[in-house]
Amino acid sequence: MAADVWVVIDHERGAVSRVSLQLLTAARALAAGTGGQAVALFAGPGWEQAGPVVARYGPGTVLVWAGEEAVEFQTAPLVAMVAGLVADRQPWGVLFASVPLGKEVAARVAARLGAGVLADVTGITIEGGAPVAEHPAFGGAVVVRKTLRAGPFLICLKPNAVPAVEAAAATPGSPAEEMVTVALPEAARRARVVERVDTSGAGRPAVDQAPVVVSGGRGLQDPANFALVEALADALDGGVGASRAAVDAGWYPHAAQVGQTGKTVSPQLYIAVGISGAIQHRAGMQTAKTIVAINKDPDSPIFALADFGVVGDLFDVVPKLTEEILRRKAQR
Amino acid sequence: MPLAIAVCVKRVPDTAADKILDPDDFTLDRDSVEAILGPVDEVAVEEALRLKEAHGGEVTVVTAGPEGALVKAARKALSMGCDRAIHLTDPALHGSDALAVAYALSMVLAGRPFDLILCGSESTDARTSLVPPALAEFLGLPGLMAAKVVTVDGAAVRIHRERDNGYDVIEAAMPAVIGVNWGANEPRYPSFKGIQTAKGKPVEVLGVAEAGIDAARVGLEGSQSRVLGVAARASARRTIVVDNKAGDAHIKLADFLQEEHFI
Ligand SMILES: Cc1cc2nc3c(=O)[nH]c(=O)nc-3n(C[C@H](O)[C@H](O)[C@H](O)COP(=O)(O)OP(=O)(O)OC[C@H]3O[C@@H](n4cnc5c(N)ncnc54)[C@H](O)[C@@H]3O)c2cc1C
Ligand SMILES: Cc1cc2nc3c(=O)[nH]c(=O)nc-3n(C[C@H](O)[C@H](O)[C@H](O)COP(=O)(O)OP(=O)(O)OC[C@H]3O[C@@H](n4cnc5c(N)ncnc54)[C@H](O)[C@@H]3O)c2cc1C
Repeated sequence: MAADVWVVIDHERGAVSRVSLQLLTAARALAAGTGGQAVALFAGPGWEQAGPVVARYGPGTVLVWAGEEAVEFQTAPLVAMVAGLVADRQPWGVLFASVPLGKEVAARVAARLGAGVLADVTGITIEGGAPVAEHPAFGGAVVVRKTLRAGPFLICLKPNAVPAVEAAAATPGSPAEEMVTVALPEAARRARVVERVDTSGAGRPAVDQAPVVVSGGRGLQDPANFALVEALADALDGGVGASRAAVDAGWYPHAAQVGQTGKTVSPQLYIAVGISGAIQHRAGMQTAKTIVAINKDPDSPIFALADFGVVGDLFDVVPKLTEEILRRKAQR
Repeated sequence: MPLAIAVCVKRVPDTAADKILDPDDFTLDRDSVEAILGPVDEVAVEEALRLKEAHGGEVTVVTAGPEGALVKAARKALSMGCDRAIHLTDPALHGSDALAVAYALSMVLAGRPFDLILCGSESTDARTSLVPPALAEFLGLPGLMAAKVVTVDGAAVRIHRERDNGYDVIEAAMPAVIGVNWGANEPRYPSFKGIQTAKGKPVEVLGVAEAGIDAARVGLEGSQSRVLGVAARASARRTIVVDNKAGDAHIKLADFLQEEHFI
């Protein structure tokens, strides 16, 4: 298995996140270079639901550890699973989602195995058998190229770095499925999830994974007006973000904050509504593929980095835009 | 029960300042930029001070880095109210990657009887957020990351782990490593008295050898990850701007979004 490229599937009780499908796509491409196959690792309940989705993205093998234990003790079980299997089977490397959970697991696996981690990666190539990764740094002002001295190569890939592409029909149908069990030592049982609280935004994609993000700032003037941002996001099947000014005012949860002290997002489309574009905000969204700004102040710095800017009152523009988008979608 | 708390802080460049990478080894040229205590670390320091105020005990600030780490980062934490500092500094640490930094910090912290080790959940310069979980692993401790609320009850610590659509309540027996999220609290400003007394607070200065760190596992050579090069990121924005004076900007924007296949 030494040439295989593994993927740790990020999921919520079997609901596979979009970034997992992007990781599988990237693993397939890398495996073509290493001469191995893509392998998916799945821990926790929900494989019945996840399996058919994962299979479409073409892993040659899936390693599944079913059971509640895998989630009850927070991240430690996943660390035990990945570290144990990597030590045992020595793949070329492992791809993790570069989101808080994925990076946490990668860091602990690396520390346990004496390996290194490439974090916040947006592109990988292979040179001389080792990965060469790109990482837009310092708020997206520069791109750093980095590598690891030795395998196993642990790599955290940012959401939306590569598009998710299903495997060609020519590749063999369903992957080989291997059920594994992991013995959890006492040390892995010390942190326990005692409660799960869902507060907001259920049903919308997470801001750091969504291909389209609509963010609201202080220009919204009132928390109730975030409904305008949410409606536009929903029309584009997007996630909702917020500036720090909006979060500090208590209008939207911190989990949605974009910027230096919030999430770094790289969506295909980022729409800033009533946001001035302070350097700390730009640090979190500058690498978006296409940027749209709606702001009433023509001198606002956000326009300097927008592909398409609208100078106008958001209370006029945004509802009409949402309506127009829904109208055009309905026509097709 | 009084708490022995360590809080790890990193000196980072102020965002507003231009960051310059050393052209020879691609590490951050720390003399060329204005340095501050990491903004997220400030939140971790505040959380440590609040826990101390609620339960009694002592807060030790720990920082690894050159002289400026002590001057800019640890001193600010002391002036906010931390009791003492440990400064790990050694030319051998230059160029350490996140895993190497975590290993070095773990050697400083191992064997000291801390109940809680607080970190910022991510720095504001390299932002890998690898250090806190790797530190927990090297110490063999549970790591409770992305903490928005931290409470201690007897021998247990509880956090709210921030998720996109809510949070998880996670509980562990102490000792534990906690990664504190931005927004967990509003950090205090150092008082005049705090700034005055900070200068007299004890600072323990350690080198690699004193801390028992294996020099082969730190620094540029001892790090598994290696920077190969840095380039300015090409970003050609189209900067189309339309004014809504005629009231039809939403149509033009919808046209643009349709051409770009977002509709
Ligand atoms: C250490 C540190 C960390 C920080 N981290 C972050 C971070 O992670 N994320 C972040 O976002 N910020 C961060 N900030 C704060 C940042 O500096 C700005 O203060 C913040 O981004 C401003 O938010 P805003 O653009 O919503 O508000 P403002 O700057 O007040 O801008 C509001 C905008 O709305 C426009 N507007 C008002 N009314 C209307 C209307 N009717 N129609 C259209 N437009 C309108 C205005 O023209 C203005 O441009 C940080 C700051 C510091 C010091
Ligand atoms: C552009 C760039 C990319 C990089 N990519 C990688 C990479 O992919 N993999 C890798 O291993 N390294 C990488 N590094 C190196 C890494 O950033 C440094 O080793 C850095 O010192 C620690 O990582 P961080 O700033 O990301 O810390 P984070 O893990 O984001 O820091 C989180 C918290 O850990 C604590 N902490 C961190 N550093 C210290 C310290 N010196 N003293 C005390 N407490 C501390 C603080 O509480 C801090 O808030 C990169 C560096 C640069 C400049």
